[in-house]
Amino acid sequence: MAAEFKKIQSSGKMKGLMGQYFTELMGEEPTGRKMAWCTSVGPAELLRSMGFDVYFPENHGAMLGASRMATDLIPLANAHGFSPDICSYLTSDIGAHIKGVSPFQKLGLSGPPKADVLVYNTNQCRDVKDWFQFYAREWDVPCIGIETPRSIGAVDETIVQAIAKKTEALIEPLEAVSGQKFDIDKLREVVRLSKECTKLWKAVLQTAATVPTPLTFFDGTVQMGPAVVLRGTQGAVDYYELLLAELQQRITDGVAAIEGEKHRIYWEGMPIWGKLRDLSTQFMELQTAVVASTYCNSWVYEDLDPSDPFVGMARAYSELFICRSDDYKEKYMLEMIEKFSIDGVVYHDAKTCPNNSNNRYDLPKRLEMKTGKPFVVINGDLNDMRLYSDEQSRTNIEAFVEQLAGA
Amino acid sequence: MKYFCGIDIGASTAKLVIADEQGCIVGKAMQRSGVDYTQAAQTLLDQALAQAGIEQSQIAHTVSTGYGRDNVPWADGKMTEIACHGRGAYFHFKERITVIDIGAQDSKIIHLDDDGRRIGFKMNRKCAAGTGAFIEEIAHRLALDITELNALAEKSTKNEPLGSFCTVFAATEVLAKIRAGVDVADIVRGAFCSVVNRIVEMDRIDGLLVTTGGVVAHNPFLATLIGRAFGTEAKMPPEPQYTGALGAALFATKQSQEGQE
Repeated sequence: MAAEFKKIQSSGKMKGLMGQYFTELMGEEPTGRKMAWCTSVGPAELLRSMGFDVYFPENHGAMLGASRMATDLIPLANAHGFSPDICSYLTSDIGAHIKGVSPFQKLGLSGPPKADVLVYNTNQCRDVKDWFQFYAREWDVPCIGIETPRSIGAVDETIVQAIAKKTEALIEPLEAVSGQKFDIDKLREVVRLSKECTKLWKAVLQTAATVPTPLTFFDGTVQMGPAVVLRGTQGAVDYYELLLAELQQRITDGVAAIEGEKHRIYWEGMPIWGKLRDLSTQFMELQTAVVASTYCNSWVYEDLDPSDPFVGMARAYSELFICRSDDYKEKYMLEMIEKFSIDGVVYHDAKTCPNNSNNRYDLPKRLEMKTGKPFVVINGDLNDMRLYSDEQSRTNIEAFVEQLAGA
Repeated sequence: MKYFCGIDIGASTAKLVIADEQGCIVGKAMQRSGVDYTQAAQTLLDQALAQAGIEQSQIAHTVSTGYGRDNVPWADGKMTEIACHGRGAYFHFKERITVIDIGAQDSKIIHLDDDGRRIGFKMNRKCAAGTGAFIEEIAHRLALDITELNALAEKSTKNEPLGSFCTVFAATEVLAKIRAGVDVADIVRGAFCSVVNRIVEMDRIDGLLVTTGGVVAHNPFLATLIGRAFGTEAKMPPEPQYTGALGAALFATKQSQEGQE
């Protein structure tokens, strides 16, 4: 079947924007600013407002996966002492550090910038903290952060106040590193821009509720770049305005991302970065659109609040799907399955990412009973392709689509 | 008279069935899949045509399945082995069934409703445990021919349990048992029970339990043990190693009819 990917025209602008960001961080011209590493759902707004350059190593982890460098680098971290069973972003990134290689070098850049401070939020997992502590030891720089509770049901005031206080407590050590005084008005402005970005990114993802969808999950994994690394900047806001307009035009013109869309899938769990191309091609050939995911929605923070920035950040970053209880996750997915007219759910059980593998506590069966929508589980990993079987996944997906078609 | 062909190129063995419009098998053939799937398919087709006494031109439609389903250039359609084992099993047991297919490289549990419509399935995880490859490895460790296993396991009255999930670790356990002088028949039964345990923990079963595939075809006692583990009787269709190929032939019939509508 001669199916073709439909290129998103705005993507060129995004590449320019991301390229400019990476060049600023890693180019030959010094910015004169201190460098903060931040977890992808860490307090980026605070760091930006305090004049730091902000670098997100999870983005590098995803690039190591997508460029298929990860599987060769993970063993180096394993030999160093990091188990093959822990986060393969961590092991591929540390392996890359040990070997002194990076996909950034293919862009003519030096590689990940050395941190002056590492700032984490464990709302995603404990691994991000362990990851940052490796570099803190390596470079003898401070590693500070926020320990968010896990398996949160309702995000109540006790949690919000505690996290807000922990975030505020970061100011003093950050001032010591940056040499700049904290300015609440600067934070309000960054939070305002971050909220703008988040609203637009959500609107982008929600275009996929249209039948046929103008956007797939696989597009989303690429298009989310600015929402992750440039939230809190005007550049990200401008980009998502452009992208949203293009997708709305697609809807107006009846342009489908997947020609002849027959089935609509929810992807639960991490992307399989080294197989995105193969998987998106297979789904396209099966005329099946992966239209929604929790992953891409992990950078939607509706509770950000410029008028009360610490409380807003605390609430927004504790409401994240990954740190919530299964009851919450079930309710969230029920709503998504309804909203996006989902026919079936694909769960990716990522061997090294238990925190973002949501098939492990009987959730698929419970949701299937409630919605009548079938599911399939793909065993794999975000970065470690030694844990992935092409043939098994191909057959599982093909058989699942056959089932949706009534075979 | 029109005929329909189903070919199942599995990881270990390729099977081909020619069926008439009623689904009755008029020709069939089987051989190792080898390294040239396309050639294997052609050889099987020639053998089955000769057995059926018909020409290739009388085959109205062909569906391929199995790992090599993309390597049959003359196939008109393809379906996964999950679909085909379900369809082939339902042909013999027209009620709500759970099909357990144990192949060389993977095991599948397939749920069909009363109308034969698939409502769910599961494949084993990326691991040889619970598959034919595990049985082959154990036979190798015990210096036995694969054909000897069933009789040995049936003879044993004692299950020597193999605790490990992992085929490599289980093989190491076998070595320890040989060293300890454990009866070979009991070790084989232990290996069978290990396969059964891997299957049981994959999924629940609903309705009639039907087992298919080469492993139970050659080791029917394994099917008996699976039935016992689920607290029911495991049924087996005639010639269970051909179930996937028959299912493919039945899909060929359906696709041919749909093409004419």
